[in-house]
Amino acid sequence: MKSAVVLLPGLNRDRDMIAALTKISGKAPVTVWETDTEIPDVDLIVIPGGFSYGDYLRCGAIAARMPALRAVAEKAAKGVMVIGVCNGFQILVESGLLPGALMRNTSLKFVCREVKLSVANANTAFTRNYQPGQIIRCPVAHHDGNYFADAETLARIEDNGQVVFRYAEGTNPNGSINDIAGIVSDKGNVLGLMPHPENLIEAAHGGSDGRALFESALGIAA
Amino acid sequence: MIKARVTVTLKNGVLDPQGKAIEHALGGLGFGCVGSVRQGKVFDLELNATDKTKAEADLKAMCDKLLANTVIENYAVEIA
Repeated sequence: MKSAVVLLPGLNRDRDMIAALTKISGKAPVTVWETDTEIPDVDLIVIPGGFSYGDYLRCGAIAARMPALRAVAEKAAKGVMVIGVCNGFQILVESGLLPGALMRNTSLKFVCREVKLSVANANTAFTRNYQPGQIIRCPVAHHDGNYFADAETLARIEDNGQVVFRYAEGTNPNGSINDIAGIVSDKGNVLGLMPHPENLIEAAHGGSDGRALFESALGIAA
Repeated sequence: MIKARVTVTLKNGVLDPQGKAIEHALGGLGFGCVGSVRQGKVFDLELNATDKTKAEADLKAMCDKLLANTVIENYAVEIA
């Protein structure tokens, strides 16, 4: 399986993401720059976290209008898997590839800590190596992770099983509606999540609960 | 030259933690009359154009495409 990482000015988790994908897949991902209008033939595209374009206007708003994101949308429409982590998730909702919006944390504070996640849907391309309802550890680091969707959209994504990860055991760090931490698109090939699974993939990280997400997406058996 | 002002506000029912914080701060300053505060954004634009009808249509398109996130925000366009 081949992967690509989207690079944008202001992202700062790109090296962690490249390291995680290289270690897990055995191959370094190709990189895509903001002005690239085409993405090479890959199975998985990842948009890492950070503060693209200084979070100006709204988190992810400027990035979502760049040529690289138009190229991501074209690939997503063809069924290529896409993962957006943290700012990557904000970019995916701003680009309309995922429903809803990510707003300022209700605490108004930047939250950097470990949370618990429950796997709300283990029947997706990104979670098949987890058990349904499994509780995993995962770090978060964000200021705008408060997921919001209008009542109709919320009911639709809940009914469709598009909510993939929820904050568990009272660890919701941002006020997200229904404790939503990660969702997939209606076709199931685009995943956005606020937590950072790439930062919990090996013993040196203090745990490896995030590894199964990438192994699922990269088609590596559990 | 056409001067325009675009105002972007949160839709009703969308929680506004920043507005809430400002509301509490105003209360703390002794402004007990403040019932609620909603925070928004203002954009002042200068357009190299003369046709106000077209300018208004362009401004609305700018709001839909970038200036507002219509999932959570409303916008209003004012031409001077």
